[in-house]
Amino acid sequence: MNYITIDKEKCKACYLCINECPKKLLKVSKETNNLGDHIVEFEDPEHQCLACAMCAMRCPDMAITGVYKG
Amino acid sequence: MATQVFDIPKSFKKDMKYTFCPGCDHGVAIRLVAEVLDELGLKEKAITATSIGCSVTLYDFLDIDAIEAPHGRALAEATGVKRARPDKFVFTYQGDGDFASIGLAESLHAALRGENLSAICINNTTYGMTGGQLGPTTLLGQVTTTSPTGRNVEYYGYPIKIAEHVALCDGCAYSARVSLDSIANIRKAKQAIKKAFEVQIQGLGFGFVEILSTCPTNWKMTPEQAHARVRNEMMPVFKPGVYKDVTVQE
Repeated sequence: MNYITIDKEKCKACYLCINECPKKLLKVSKETNNLGDHIVEFEDPEHQCLACAMCAMRCPDMAITGVYKG
Repeated sequence: MATQVFDIPKSFKKDMKYTFCPGCDHGVAIRLVAEVLDELGLKEKAITATSIGCSVTLYDFLDIDAIEAPHGRALAEATGVKRARPDKFVFTYQGDGDFASIGLAESLHAALRGENLSAICINNTTYGMTGGQLGPTTLLGQVTTTSPTGRNVEYYGYPIKIAEHVALCDGCAYSARVSLDSIANIRKAKQAIKKAFEVQIQGLGFGFVEILSTCPTNWKMTPEQAHARVRNEMMPVFKPGVYKDVTVQE
């Protein structure tokens, strides 16, 4: 199962990753971080993530700290 | 056992956090520099001469040696460092106001002398840190805090195309312009940075990359709109491409 890890405190809520994901697995969360930003969350109930790492390539703040395959 | 296909580059300091505005492409550009430093194994012998502006914060994030050379003199100081220690890898990371306005003489003459240096210039068509004033690369018609009716030719003249100017210098070994508006272009940008670093290692001369970046705060746009502006307004004027590469056989 492929998955990504997100560092809540690094996310600045620019939401660039949401449009970049080819499977649309990222969305705005109801949760906030210490800055009060509504962070991005990763939801993959059907195991669609390709581990293409395009979200991590796009993220300007390296809030997506790791992409794991297999 | 899952294998990690993306990781934070080892050249970054531990527990660093960017201090840029949300959606600023500086973060992507610095990550690409760090990835190339990792891949070429340059972390231990890299020295950077820093600039003035948002780009100066590079030394807060990268775990490498740095020398401060504000107000455009980064390439002049880098020349001294490289001549004193030719075994070191010396590069500069500058903004467009620093490289092409305040420090244009230092920058162009470093390229003309053919110094064994690598320079990266982030072009976001404005002075980002000081509040969005008109810079040397501001596009015609662009509204900034010091050109409230838009940049007009009669009063302000034309924007400078840095990559083309540097390519005209005989000492320059590699000059390219890349963009960060899409994933494909981010991958091309990494290749260009790697090439600019490699010409220094091979001792061929001056390596230069101009990176088209965004400034959502001063452009008063969302990060997504800012990338659309790079694509639709900046890239037709500042055309991405490789303008000079001495390693290619004719």
